[in-house]
Amino acid sequence: MLHSLSTYLHKKPRLRLVALLTTPVLWLVIAYLGALAMLLVTAFFTIDSFTGNVIQQFNLGNFHDMLTDAAYKNVVLRTLGIAISVTFLCTVLAIPMAFYMAKIARPKSQKILVALVLTPLWASYLVKIYAWRTMLEPGNGVLDWLLGPIGIHSPGFGGPAIIIGLSYLWLPYMILPIYAGLERLPNNLLDASGDLGAHNFYTFRKVILPLIFPSLVAGSMFTFSLSLGDYITAQIIGGKLQMLGNVVYQNFSINLPFAATIAMIPVSIMALYLYLVRRTGALASM
Amino acid sequence: MQKKRLVSILAVASVAALILAGCSSGSDSASNSGVPKVDMMKKLGAGEGQVNIVAWAGYVENGSTDPNVDWVTGFEKETGCKVNVKNGATSDDMVALMKTGEYDVVSASGDASLRLIYGGDVAPVNTDLIPNYADIFENLKMQQWNSVDGVAYGIPHGRGANLLGYRTDIVKPAPTSWASVFDANSPYKGKITAYDSPIYLADAALYLMNTKPELGIKYPYALDQTQFDAAVEVLKAQKPLIGEYWGDYLKHVASLKSGGTVLGTTWQVNINLAKGEGTKVEGIKPAEGSTGWSDTWMISSKAKNPNCAYLWMNHIASPAANAAVAEWFGEAPSNAKSCALTADKNHCTTFHAADDAYWKDVYYWNTPTETCLDGRTDVKCVPYAEWVKAWSSLRNS
Repeated sequence: MLHSLSTYLHKKPRLRLVALLTTPVLWLVIAYLGALAMLLVTAFFTIDSFTGNVIQQFNLGNFHDMLTDAAYKNVVLRTLGIAISVTFLCTVLAIPMAFYMAKIARPKSQKILVALVLTPLWASYLVKIYAWRTMLEPGNGVLDWLLGPIGIHSPGFGGPAIIIGLSYLWLPYMILPIYAGLERLPNNLLDASGDLGAHNFYTFRKVILPLIFPSLVAGSMFTFSLSLGDYITAQIIGGKLQMLGNVVYQNFSINLPFAATIAMIPVSIMALYLYLVRRTGALASM
Repeated sequence: MQKKRLVSILAVASVAALILAGCSSGSDSASNSGVPKVDMMKKLGAGEGQVNIVAWAGYVENGSTDPNVDWVTGFEKETGCKVNVKNGATSDDMVALMKTGEYDVVSASGDASLRLIYGGDVAPVNTDLIPNYADIFENLKMQQWNSVDGVAYGIPHGRGANLLGYRTDIVKPAPTSWASVFDANSPYKGKITAYDSPIYLADAALYLMNTKPELGIKYPYALDQTQFDAAVEVLKAQKPLIGEYWGDYLKHVASLKSGGTVLGTTWQVNINLAKGEGTKVEGIKPAEGSTGWSDTWMISSKAKNPNCAYLWMNHIASPAANAAVAEWFGEAPSNAKSCALTADKNHCTTFHAADDAYWKDVYYWNTPTETCLDGRTDVKCVPYAEWVKAWSSLRNS
């Protein structure tokens, strides 16, 4: 029975393809593109000013409100700044870490290190951010208690706290692709560079960096997009500071169409980002 | 090839968009001149085994917060209706939750109740099916926020004032006025909090009623454009003083406890929780009065468990349960017989349950509309949607 089915399918490559791809394509179209389409459509609706019910009439008011109110320009710039800082911080922390894991550590400890990098992902996001709330609490938090005596104080709740919290959360997503990239990098390239008289930093800049660039891009896509859409971290350790996600969260219950309009911003930024990445050619060699 | 693929992707996407747009346009139009007609329950049947409730934190307690605070377990045993509760952080939250149709009952404040009624999200309540309705204070029944055209839309629950909370060991001398949270030179700058909801604009309006009488604000939910702009300015000036705005009451209590917040708007229930954890904190109704709430239990027009919902509404309005909630939450009960059953015999006196004079300077949350709620006809007032926009802009600037 099974055998005859497989013979039949072997003869019909088209049918094979259809059977294989129907479910994922349906999923992609309905759940993924469908949600995006819904978002786009809703952004042009408006609400009844009293009951808050959505009125399905084409209307550009939301875009007008978004573009004319300086507050939203600020929140976009602020969110971009945070996402870029988080990506930068994660990159700077992840490269030496991944380099040690891939090139210096012994094979046995390599596996342990990978496991260690992954362990924070097992704990709940909320627990980790509440832990950072305790750490950063101005005056009597762990950081002030630990570093206060040497004159370093907690930045308190706000932008810096969000950057620290998000960098902590997304660091594994940056380490792993870089580690994978470095592992594929043959050691003899580094040796050759050294033999030809290049200093360590020069080797890093001219040999390692270009070769792991696709990995950096892959990692940055995670850290950047995850930061761009986050709102819980800002809610818990952001003090009164709000990110784009918070605007959506704040408005979705009262004014869904406006929330949809705001949600188009990170979507467009990510689309632009992916387009730019594509132009560098990093996607092809990933 | 490349081009062809792009075209087919676009085609698929646009088909999906059309399908979705088609699906959603079937629902009814939202702009109604009157109240959507929703049928009232005629007769009570057997319980469905569960009831899903949207409530303010502290309204539905089954002993998991504090073993001594429990008026749910008995109800579940007696009726066989398992109580599932979802706490709403703000009125807007509650309106959104009720619009999903997943919940049967809601404890709506005055800034949510009318929106729910006119949105067709709640059904009229047949008060004959709720024996305990008879004992509710007469002056809470059939009010502007719980009835329309002589039809009751809910059971009054209780009322209270938003308080000025402060850490007694840090804020000295003790504050007596809302001015303390708007003072640009406050020594507690960065440790002041405010309620994270557009309705907080009314607190600024209330402050202006006392400090700038020339603006002529008579009722904080009826603001014309000039008055509204002045209130927004007050909150803009206040923003540098704020450490955190609170919407999540647990985070707020944690903040009071750690000293991250020492002064600002709060509820009695938060004060009780913080005190329970050993924090030196107190809440007062300041000299100029306060904003407040008068809540109503309402039933969803799409309730899947209407019988259990009615049983719950009857239970929560009963003298014993009403007394327990009122005492735990720190509000005045709505059932006249509750006063005899509170653990603290002075509870009703302390919270002025029957003292009409006390409530004169408590402005219950209400939904601002274009027609001024204070009766002025020569100007248009700023409707709630604009409050939302102004608040969103303020919070994100």
